[in-house]
Amino acid sequence: MSGARISALAALRGQIERIEAAEVVHQRDRVALGHREIDSALKGGLARAVIHEVFCEGRQGAAATGFVMGLAGRVSARRPLLWVRQDFSELETGALSMSGLAELGLDPRRVVMVRAADVESALRSSADALACDALGAVVLELWGETRQFDLVASRKLTLAAQSSGVTGLMLRMAAQPLPSTAETRWMLRAAHSPPGAMWSAWGAPRFDAELLRNRHGPCGRWIMEWKCDECQFSEPSAHPQPVAAAPAHRPDPAVLRQRRTA
Amino acid sequence: MIHALDEAAERLGLHIGQPLANARAMCPDLKVFDADVVADAKTLSDIADWCDRFTPLVALDPPHGLFLDITGCAHLFGGEATLLQTLVRALGRQGFAVSAAIAGTSVCARTLTRQTSGTIVADGGEAAAIDRFPVSALGAGEAITTGLRRAGLKTIGDVAARAPSEITARFGARFSTLLAHALGQGDAPINPRKPLPDYIVEKRFAEPIATDTMIAMTLSRLADTLIASMEKQGKGARRLEAAFFRTDGVVRAIMVETGRPVTKGAVIDRLFRERLDALADPLDPGFGFDMVRLSASRTEIVVQEQRDLDAHVHDNDELAALIDRIAARIGGKRVVVHLPQDTHIPECAVLASPAQHHLAVAMQAEWPARTENEPPLRPLRLFDRPEPINVPFATVPDGPPHQFTWRRALHAVVRVEGPERIAMEWWRQDGRQLTRDYFRIEDAEGLRFWIFRDGLYEGEVFDGDGKPGSPGWYVHGLFA
Repeated sequence: MSGARISALAALRGQIERIEAAEVVHQRDRVALGHREIDSALKGGLARAVIHEVFCEGRQGAAATGFVMGLAGRVSARRPLLWVRQDFSELETGALSMSGLAELGLDPRRVVMVRAADVESALRSSADALACDALGAVVLELWGETRQFDLVASRKLTLAAQSSGVTGLMLRMAAQPLPSTAETRWMLRAAHSPPGAMWSAWGAPRFDAELLRNRHGPCGRWIMEWKCDECQFSEPSAHPQPVAAAPAHRPDPAVLRQRRTA
Repeated sequence: MIHALDEAAERLGLHIGQPLANARAMCPDLKVFDADVVADAKTLSDIADWCDRFTPLVALDPPHGLFLDITGCAHLFGGEATLLQTLVRALGRQGFAVSAAIAGTSVCARTLTRQTSGTIVADGGEAAAIDRFPVSALGAGEAITTGLRRAGLKTIGDVAARAPSEITARFGARFSTLLAHALGQGDAPINPRKPLPDYIVEKRFAEPIATDTMIAMTLSRLADTLIASMEKQGKGARRLEAAFFRTDGVVRAIMVETGRPVTKGAVIDRLFRERLDALADPLDPGFGFDMVRLSASRTEIVVQEQRDLDAHVHDNDELAALIDRIAARIGGKRVVVHLPQDTHIPECAVLASPAQHHLAVAMQAEWPARTENEPPLRPLRLFDRPEPINVPFATVPDGPPHQFTWRRALHAVVRVEGPERIAMEWWRQDGRQLTRDYFRIEDAEGLRFWIFRDGLYEGEVFDGDGKPGSPGWYVHGLFA
């Protein structure tokens, strides 16, 4: 083998190592969502510095928005959030309301909204934003099928997210999943409020979330509830009335049981 | 009526303001075109744009005059005489008939152009220069000119010889001021079209440039020069304008605004690159640009902050820079932050304002706190204008509907909470808007809506006969 070929091979190996290393570095950087089964399926929580896709049917837009907002709230950790949306989606599902955001327990002060006229400028703005490490998360909201958001565009966004450590959340309403470089892909529907008396407090955001693709774990389908006061997801509560939270210093019952059997 | 005429027509004895029939009688084969005042004004403004290359202070003097304040600029073009010659020749080549003059006061210069072209009057020589000109050259209006002629004052010298008090008594203070200015006694400031930028740098080319790379290189070099001169005074640019002067006289100006004062050449360079990339009608070099000018029209004093120890400051800077870049490309009004407003009306409760200007305010804004242990009471997605829904019947007049049709789909109501009554602000509107009763609703599919009835049954909504009518129903928002 000639020297040139050996050095080319070495260079390629080095490149591959670097690519793999970049993935390993952010491997442990995960945020627990609060729903135990989902967190275990995601190997500890939602990965940062990658792209996640959330799909939904056209009329489920609000539910998917709530889910994405919840993910963004968990991931961004008090850093600013850039929400890029296309003009058309505002006509279809309404504008993102900051009062509604505050009601979900999230902070409207940290939201910067980019009102892109079309898909191209939305994609470009979000690629720019993903490269800016001052942000916590970038949400790109697109309505309908688009040719522009293909594998190349998705790869670009993923690379930008990897280098900066910002998480990208793609909210795709009324669209079908296409091949992409996303870490996870979700299909969202609204879930019923738990049955209860008419006068009881109902209406906490509940999602029927289906994990369609997970690069590092199993898929599945769960009902999730967003706890507005604690700012995290949880298992659906059977009781419509909120119950007192378990004291933080009490050990986990599962651990206790293990100790007893041991 | 003759609006304008050329030299040949003038030699025939025609004059502006003459009825067309009279002119035709004097010269039957006269070529006549309709006057287009708007196009004339546009052309004058284009010429003014072009004149920007000589001085930033260019003022319009309608209907067909321009004032250029060349104080301190003449030496850049080889002296007053050369400047005048260059200007007249260049405009002449474009096919304009130009009459130009340089004088100590704008009114004197204008008076000179009405009689001769190419005169340069030194300071103090104004009175002597315009002594022999007829009074009409002053441009004081038809009534005054006729009045002066009737009084036997044919030339400006005649008028100047009278005592100012007499002139003022007969023709008014305005005319005597005009006369004084024409004679070089005192000067009226001209009214430039654009405010004078704080800093200007420019580059001229003997050989016009046309390629994108050359333009980008020129801009980045100009940006460095601009930054260097601003740095000396501790300033940063908030608004920048790049003007491209084409060889054929067309001038294209491109503006970029920033949220915080810019102090780096690379940032300016990048902002302009984004802006130029995103132009709807791209920069057309034609036969090339022979001059590029970069000016900072708004500047601010930059407070030097210690960056290294405070990560928060660094983050805010990064965010502001990102907002500037996106705004440069898609427009400043399209990147917004939200400010809470003190009102109960849902669609007015939040104000979206440009992030470039209000980022700091929005980060500190006080939002109403949510009630603990309550589900969200405001929807996550709100329609700009509430969408009407079709409610077939409501069992109780003031109650919620059992089912409704929205966007051609029927929704069966499973759970309801409400009403939450929101009355309109009678002290602001004139009572036209109706009280709304809002309901939170969940349908059989689990979708959650925020719907309202526009108006109360008793007392607000009436049909044609003055009897209580049925109010309309609307979807205003969607809950997560």
